[in-house]
Amino acid sequence: MAPVHKSGPLLSVRDLVVEFPTRRGTLRALDKVSFDIAEGEVLGMVGESGAGKSLTGAAIIGLLEPPGRIAGGEILLRGERIDNLPREKMRRIRGRRIGMVFQDPLTSLNPLYTVAEQLIETIRTHMDVSEKEARKRAVALLDRVGIPAAARRIDDYPHHFSGGMRQRVVIALALAAEPELVIADEPTTALDVSVQAQIIDVLKEICAERGASVMLITHDMGVIAETADRVAVLYAGRLAEIGPVRDVIQAAEHPYTVGLMGSIPTLTQTAERLTQIPGSMPRLDAIQQGCAFNPRCTRAFDRCRVERPDLIARGEERQVACWLYDPAKEAQDV
Amino acid sequence: MSDVLLSVEGLTRRFDVSKPWLNRVIEREDRQFLTATADVSFEIRRGETFALVGESGSGKSTIAKMIVGLLEPSAGEIRFDGQKMDFASGAAMRALRRRFQMIFQDPFASLNPRWRVGDIIAEPIRTFGLLRGAAIGKEVGRLLDLVGLSARDTEKFPHEFSGGQRQRIAIARALSSKPEFIVCDEPTSALDVSVQAQILNLMRDLQDEFGLTYLLISHDLSVVRHMSTRIGVLYLGRLVEIADAKRLFVEPQHPYTRMLLDAVPDLALSGRRRTPVTGEIPNPITPPPGCTFHPRCPHVMDVCRKRTPASVGTASGQAACHLLTADGQNEARETTL
Repeated sequence: MAPVHKSGPLLSVRDLVVEFPTRRGTLRALDKVSFDIAEGEVLGMVGESGAGKSLTGAAIIGLLEPPGRIAGGEILLRGERIDNLPREKMRRIRGRRIGMVFQDPLTSLNPLYTVAEQLIETIRTHMDVSEKEARKRAVALLDRVGIPAAARRIDDYPHHFSGGMRQRVVIALALAAEPELVIADEPTTALDVSVQAQIIDVLKEICAERGASVMLITHDMGVIAETADRVAVLYAGRLAEIGPVRDVIQAAEHPYTVGLMGSIPTLTQTAERLTQIPGSMPRLDAIQQGCAFNPRCTRAFDRCRVERPDLIARGEERQVACWLYDPAKEAQDV
Repeated sequence: MSDVLLSVEGLTRRFDVSKPWLNRVIEREDRQFLTATADVSFEIRRGETFALVGESGSGKSTIAKMIVGLLEPSAGEIRFDGQKMDFASGAAMRALRRRFQMIFQDPFASLNPRWRVGDIIAEPIRTFGLLRGAAIGKEVGRLLDLVGLSARDTEKFPHEFSGGQRQRIAIARALSSKPEFIVCDEPTSALDVSVQAQILNLMRDLQDEFGLTYLLISHDLSVVRHMSTRIGVLYLGRLVEIADAKRLFVEPQHPYTRMLLDAVPDLALSGRRRTPVTGEIPNPITPPPGCTFHPRCPHVMDVCRKRTPASVGTASGQAACHLLTADGQNEARETTL
C-alpha cells in the first residue's frame, strides 16, 4: 500500500505514458510511470541516458517537445489535474507553482539581460509587487543562494558569473516566485565536484527553508544519496524500483538497481573488478516483451519474458517492479 | 631497461590569449598569457596506472596532449623510455609515436563518421606499416574480438554503435599499433555508469594481458581510486600532490586534496563528517600570487601569499604545501605561540 499523507501528496503522477509518433511507428518513451512527491520531500529520479528521467520532468511541467505527447495517465498537483490544462493556464503554474533548474546555466539565462532584469521580471510576472520591492526580494534571494556582494552583482550580465555562480542564479530564479515544487534536471552535471557539493547544499537548504518539494533528476547516485529522501529508478521508460534512499542504496531489490549500484566505483570499496551488467539498455523500438530488463537479467525466468511486472509493494514505502518479489512466487519458493 | 617508462621534468605550457595587435595598441594593453601547465614533474613506472586528477582548467588535458606530442611544451622535457622527445625531429617522433596511443573522452567525436570501423582500426597498422594485405583484416578482427565486439562489425559505421561500443572501437584502434603506453583522457566521463564499469573492467583486463602502462586523466576521484597505482593531483596547472592511490585517500597531505575528497558525494551514507567546500577555481590568466590555492585554503598563512611552495617528500609521495616546508612550519609555530 502506498503511504498515506495527511493532506495527500503534493504531486501525483499516475500511469503516465509519453509517446513519440515517428514515421516508423510510435515510440513509447515513458510507459505507465506512477509516483508521488509528498510536501517538502526530495524525490530523486535516477537512470541512465535514455531511461526517461528528463522526459518525466518535462511532462510534469508541460514542456514536452513536439511531437512528444502525453498519451495516457494523469498528473495531479494538489489533487488537480495539470496535464490537460490549456497553454495559458499551464504557463501560470510554470514558474509560479513549479520551478525549474536545468543542467546548463548558460542556456537557461538570457545573455542579453542583467540578472536583476531577469529576476525582477520573474518576480513581477507571478507576484503583485512593486519594482522596488521586487528588486529588494531579488537581492535577498541572490544573497541567500550565496552570491557575494549580491546588491552590486545583481546588475551584472550572466557572462560575468562563473559556472557555479550562474547555477546559483538559476536556483534563485527558480525559487523567485516561491514555488511549491522545484524540478531540478541534472543541476550539477556541468560543474566541478567542489562546486557541485556547494550547489547541492544550497538547493537542499533553500528548498527545506521554504518548504518546497524537489524532484531531483540525475544520473549520479552519489548526488541522490546526499540529497534525496526517496529515490525512483527508471529503466527504459519504466519505473524499476522506488523507495527510501537508504533502503534502495544499501539493499537494492530490483536486479537492475543491484547491478547499477555494483557498477559504481566508490572511495571505500576494495574489489578489484566492478560488477558489470552485460549488454546495454534497449532502444525504444526494441524493448522486449515482458520485463524490459529480462535480456540482461541474471535472475530472469519464464514469466519475465512474457508478462510485464507491475510495481509490487515491499513493506510500507518500497515498491519493486520485478516478478522475483511476486507474493505468489515467494510463497511457492518457500 | 629502467623501471621508469615516462618521465616529465619541469613541464610548462603557456597559451597566448592576447587580444589582436591593433586592440592592444589602442587599448594600451600588454600581451596576456595563460599558464595551463606550470613546472610539472612526475614519473610513470612501467606497468602502472598513473592518474592525474583535477577540476576543469587544472591542466590535465594539456599535459596529456604534450605527452603524446600533440602540443609542444613551452619549457621542460619529456623522456619516454629514457629517450628525450624531440618535437623538432619528425622521424624521431614518428618512431616514438607507435609506442604510445591515446583514448579520448568523446567517442562520438574521436571516430571519423565516414570511415568503416575496419578502416578506423586498421589506420595505425597501415600508417606504421606493421602488416600487409590480408593480415590486416585478420588483425582487425582479432582486435575487435579482444574488446568484446565481433569481427563482423568491421563493415559497419561508427553511428551504428552505442557510446560504450564506440569507446571499445577507440580502444581497439589504440591497441592496433601494439603500444606500451596509453594515455586515457577521461575515457568514461561521457558514458553511463553501467557502461563505465564495462569499459574500466576491459581496460584492466587489457593491462593485465599486455602489460600496458596507463596515464589516466579524470575528474572523477572514485574512478581514479579504482583504477590507479599512483595519483597526481593538479590545481591551476600545478601538481600539488603525488601519492600512492590507496594512501592518498586515507591521508591526504595537501589541503586541496582533502577538499576534493570532502566534495565527493558519500554513497556509503556513512555520515562521515566533512568540512564544507568553499570558493571556486580562480581565473588562470591572473592566478593568485604565492600558493595558488591560498584564497580557498583553510590553513592559509602569510608565507602562502608570498611564495610558491616547493614540493617536499611525504610518507607516500610528495606534496607542495607550506605546511610541510620548514618556512611554513616555523610560521605555524610562531602563530601558535
